Amino acid sequence: MAAGVAAWLPFARAAAIGWMPVANCPMPLAPADKNKRQDELIVLNVSGRRFQTWRTTLERYPDTLLGSTEKEFFFNEDTKEYFFDRDPEVFRCVLNFYRTGKLHYPRYECISAYDDELAFYGILPEIIGDCCYEEYKDRKRENAERLMDDNDSENNQESMPSLSFRQTMWRAFENPHTSTLALVFYYVTGFFIAVSVITNVVETVPCGTVPGSKELPCGERYSVAFFCLDTACVMIFTVEYLLRLFAAPSRYRFIRSVMSIIDVVAIMPYYIGLVMTNNEDVSGAFVTLRVFRVFRIFKFSRHSQGLRILGYTLKSCASELGFLLFSLTMAIIIFATVMFYAEKGSSASKFTSIPASFWYTIVTMTTLGYGDMVPKTIAGKIFGSICSLSGVLVIALPVPVIVSNFSRIYHQNQRADKRRAQKKARLARIRVAKTGSSNAYLHSKRNGLLTEAMELMGTPEEGHVGKSTSLAESQHHHLLHCLEKTTGLSYLVDDPLLSVRTSTIKNHEFIDEQMFEQNCMESSMQNYPSTRSPSLSSHPGLTTTCCSRRSKKTTHLPNSNLPATRLRSMQELSTIHIQGSEQPSLTTSRSSLNLKADDGLRPNCKTSQITTAIISIPTPPARSPEGESRPPPASPGPNTNIPSVASNVVKVSAL
Amino acid sequence: MGAVMGTFSSLQTKQRRPSKDIAWWYYQFQRDKIEDELEMTMVCHRPEGLEQLEAQTNFTKRELQVLYRGFKNECPSGVVNEETFKQIYAQFFPHGDASMYAHYLFHAFDTTQTGSVKFEDFVTALSILLRGTVHEKLRWTFNLYDINKDGYINKEEMMDIVKAIYDMMGKYTYPVLKEDTPRQHVDVFFQKMDKNKDGIVTLDEFLESCQEDDNIMRSLQLFQNVM
Repeated sequence: MAAGVAAWLPFARAAAIGWMPVANCPMPLAPADKNKRQDELIVLNVSGRRFQTWRTTLERYPDTLLGSTEKEFFFNEDTKEYFFDRDPEVFRCVLNFYRTGKLHYPRYECISAYDDELAFYGILPEIIGDCCYEEYKDRKRENAERLMDDNDSENNQESMPSLSFRQTMWRAFENPHTSTLALVFYYVTGFFIAVSVITNVVETVPCGTVPGSKELPCGERYSVAFFCLDTACVMIFTVEYLLRLFAAPSRYRFIRSVMSIIDVVAIMPYYIGLVMTNNEDVSGAFVTLRVFRVFRIFKFSRHSQGLRILGYTLKSCASELGFLLFSLTMAIIIFATVMFYAEKGSSASKFTSIPASFWYTIVTMTTLGYGDMVPKTIAGKIFGSICSLSGVLVIALPVPVIVSNFSRIYHQNQRADKRRAQKKARLARIRVAKTGSSNAYLHSKRNGLLTEAMELMGTPEEGHVGKSTSLAESQHHHLLHCLEKTTGLSYLVDDPLLSVRTSTIKNHEFIDEQMFEQNCMESSMQNYPSTRSPSLSSHPGLTTTCCSRRSKKTTHLPNSNLPATRLRSMQELSTIHIQGSEQPSLTTSRSSLNLKADDGLRPNCKTSQITTAIISIPTPPARSPEGESRPPPASPGPNTNIPSVASNVVKVSAL
Repeated sequence: MGAVMGTFSSLQTKQRRPSKDIAWWYYQFQRDKIEDELEMTMVCHRPEGLEQLEAQTNFTKRELQVLYRGFKNECPSGVVNEETFKQIYAQFFPHGDASMYAHYLFHAFDTTQTGSVKFEDFVTALSILLRGTVHEKLRWTFNLYDINKDGYINKEEMMDIVKAIYDMMGKYTYPVLKEDTPRQHVDVFFQKMDKNKDGIVTLDEFLESCQEDDNIMRSLQLFQNVM
């Protein structure tokens, strides 16, 4: 029932009195209107803008937030109004929905914001009125494409170590940028396609004369060379096709796909030629078959995105193309007939039959005008001019549709590429912001530890407590601290100033690496001057072997080698995909990093000397197993260095 | 050449609705012309003052306000024509066809037979139906049944009414509606109402018979508290 019509219910019920005398049986009792309130005004305060409406207006749609008792959660006793901390602009549309029964979608509004608001108020977007529904659906589709693109690119960058060989090969074929081998293969095939096409072309060029015979095309003069080239190309193509066939996830679907058909058509002529003998009759057909070799040029569409877009456009404009063809055919037949009969009278006319006039009509309509067939009679000339004028029109009509389709698809692709390019920069900026905040936490922790240490030692240092934190920050920090306590894991703080900590701190907390080392070494009966080595910081092995008393409480995080990972990795407080390869020195993945650390670590732990670099804070480590340069961990340091470090291809997860 | 010009112009415009063809646009053009003419002839009616209506009917000011708000929402022009009336009534009976009964109702509401129901007519009728005396209600119902308003109900009129009521039920009923049922219903009605068995029911016969029937009396009081 529509909204406003609910107001007519009294009328409908009253009209039911007309049935009473006709009825044979007694009527059921009417439902008692217990809660009979007078209609009252409700004030809805949305971010300061006050909307007022009747209560019954809102109650028209009882399955939404405003229509049900859910709005009581937002009731403000002091001001006796309902307060919503949401966007007032969108609320206007929502309230109009209650009033008029039609939900409109304003064009200036962002689609996701609008969807969020609708979801909040419990309104289904399907109710959007016809006037705005098309626009809404268009925007929604664009947004969905954008999300899909994001997901795709995310998925592409994920490192999936558990792919089978076949799957890796398929991925290498589809996305050549995933590995260098794939890239090499991509370029090699591209090169051979080009070579093959060029040979096909050059084969037919007349190549100078052999004395005593007429001019030969190059193909016959250097037949052996060309044959070898052809063979090589076909070998490569065959190998490529077979590899793709092997790697394809669904072989049946692969065989049916367009690209595979092109591949087959490109290499078939050669094999057929091999098989066939030099029979005179069949060689004619064989020559025809060689034409198909030119299809190799279509293999370039794997290498060129523009070609693919063009192909896709043509496919999606099939109906417009069909219409173009049909209308052209109609016009050609009409004009050819007219021209034939007009020119029938003139002598030595080239318009010998209607099909012969087809050629003239086509050439004229497409404004080519070769001039090999020209009307001579006056009627013929008149009709010829009409033909050329109408030709322009008929062709110009469907072409913009095709062009607009192409442009839309092309721009879509451009948008996708642009988004991917922007995404890296965006993510880097986000990461900097996030690391800033997490740095703040660790700074405060460090400061907190410092003060604690100072208290422990009883030596009043310079009162270097660091900058004061706001209430929200301190609460956030407290929260992180609680998390540490809960999980028994800890964030690492590399600060050599905290080396003064004693081992009295027994709890699992945010500790520094040195403490960690110290504890490890104590438990393994090693007592060496604490140093800081990057290798020590990340190692599951150390955990299990050295820190027996830790092992019970420590849990291994899914992705990183825990419990102790480096400061840098833990600075991401949420899972972020870090991409990019700007730093060639940091191309090793985190897991391998840790692995190497692990390898380098065990001997450290067990042997009687610490062979890892003795590192002082400001300078990069003299030696580190990964050859990575350790950025100075002074307080401003990590901030600036994070982007560079974080440019590893890493997936890091939070606690 | 023409193709190039065409493409440039098309790239300027927004790429919306490429599939709408020439015929569609021509149709739109024609429709717009008709609508321009219609614009002039739209009627707007405002009801009499609130106090007057309050005096004339049995509703309070507040109730009139609520009624008017609902009325105006559905019919911004201030009058209801038969189409809108039928549409509104049909919304309450989605399963069946309420158009015939709505038609009769409309004519019962439209006391002056102008073809449109103004707010005053609407409220007057509602006042009778919801707040009126039994006598008034029965009178109104008699007026509803008397389709040609000649003061008598004959069997054909009653058949129409009963059929219209059955139509509202729709096809999917239990037990399934038989061809004969409306006729039987009308016969029962006439047996009850037609005192002198002359084939028509006058107002007095109607009033008398209804007042004798307890069921009817009780059911007339059913909608007292609707407002």
